[in-house]
Amino acid sequence: MKQLEINNLQKIFGTFEAVKKINFSISENQTVALLGPNGCGKTTTIAMILGLITPTSGSITINNKILTNNHHYLAKMNFASPYVELPKKLKVIENLKVYAMMYEISNAKAKIEQLVEELNLAPILYKKTGELSSGQRNRVSLAKSIINDPKILLLDEPTASLDPDTGDFIRTFLETYKKKNSMAILLASHNMDEVTRLSDYVLMMKEGSIIDEGTTGELIKKHGRHDLEEVFLKLARQNEN
Amino acid sequence: MKIRRILSLMLRHFYLIKASLPRIVDLIYWPTVQIILWGFVSKFFTMHSTYFNNTAGIILSAAILYDFLFRSSISYNMLFLEEIWSRNLINLFVSPLKVNEIVIALTCTALLRTLIGLVPAVLIAIPLFGISLLELGYPLILLLLSLYIFGITLGLLVTAGLVRFGPSFENIAWASLFFIAPIGCIYYPVEILPNWLQPIALALPLAHIFEETRSILITNTVHYSNIYYALMLNMIYLILAICTFYYSFKNAKIKGSLINVGE
Repeated sequence: MKQLEINNLQKIFGTFEAVKKINFSISENQTVALLGPNGCGKTTTIAMILGLITPTSGSITINNKILTNNHHYLAKMNFASPYVELPKKLKVIENLKVYAMMYEISNAKAKIEQLVEELNLAPILYKKTGELSSGQRNRVSLAKSIINDPKILLLDEPTASLDPDTGDFIRTFLETYKKKNSMAILLASHNMDEVTRLSDYVLMMKEGSIIDEGTTGELIKKHGRHDLEEVFLKLARQNEN
Repeated sequence: MKIRRILSLMLRHFYLIKASLPRIVDLIYWPTVQIILWGFVSKFFTMHSTYFNNTAGIILSAAILYDFLFRSSISYNMLFLEEIWSRNLINLFVSPLKVNEIVIALTCTALLRTLIGLVPAVLIAIPLFGISLLELGYPLILLLLSLYIFGITLGLLVTAGLVRFGPSFENIAWASLFFIAPIGCIYYPVEILPNWLQPIALALPLAHIFEETRSILITNTVHYSNIYYALMLNMIYLILAICTFYYSFKNAKIKGSLINVGE
């Protein structure tokens, strides 16, 4: 069953076409990675799905309903990015309580306890969020992003600037979490190992268009390369000269 | 509209205020200094002016009311700026919170912030200068309501600018009330203004509010027409401000500036 379907999605800023009528879909329990060089339209695409940017044309369909006003679905969607922070002056527990209330979680206490357990937040629960290391902050941000058991989770470079150990913790958590919960994940990342490990399907974006797509294996085979990074470099540099 | 979502945003700001003693002190400090300063000025005028000699505290009362307006407007802006500074806006915009819920939550929290700052200052004025706002009687509630609505209106307009133009609009937030103060006729009657400026002043609720404050304190009579005009004008400006905010929000989504508002 398709959780998210994007049809001819386009965004034009003035004379600049940031996203050029792209099409893709994500099914339940599927992780789709959005890859591409900086400025290729990944963030604009995610922002349109989240309702932060109004598309120029095209449609976003969630659970067979076309989004005209995304409010009805935001309760079942969530987002995490290291570039978006939780209030630094609030303690971790306070941030979790605020967002549990905002997403109207029925048994907030139990949900927070579960997240504390799963993401190992107990040692930092009463610390101010701004005093945490980037790895700890990332875990708290991830906790916020799954506090509502989202049906669609959008992750923008979830392990950017993290040390390999913390990065691995986050990836392992995401793998386990996805197995236990039925959800669709859209992952934007520049970490090719992460994409290879987490994603079921890859969309390669360049200059606002999806220029290629497939499973990691299919893309590597199709382009005759050894890994996804080589495929990325080939596609990113294509027609550059 | 869901009460629980509104309360969640209020809770976020409550946590912020209660966690920081300097923040609480800052809320109380400025209104107190302002009132002490105007208290002495008021005392001096009472002793040396025939206009003021029967109405001790007319200036101080005006100063307190003006500060109430100033604090409510600034509080509203501050709450929104806090979200920008903490880079939390995107989290709010991608949550199920609706724009009207954000507006209501900020409006209620701004009142809390304003009262934290103003109540101690008002209480200080009673023993220190022998002046109590309660002398204004029941109309005080309507005057405060009117001022609060106008403060929120200005706050909404500035917030609309912040949404559309980002933090570069921050300076306007601080200066917004100073633009209007001269024609608000806070400390002087409308007649003091040049003839051409008087209709502009009367088109603002402030002139009616402060005119009525002076009227009650000087003549001890209440002209409900002033209060009525102020409330009517307030409603018009509030509706315009809400429309501006929604327009600004919609425009920011089209232009894509919402995702950069915290930058």
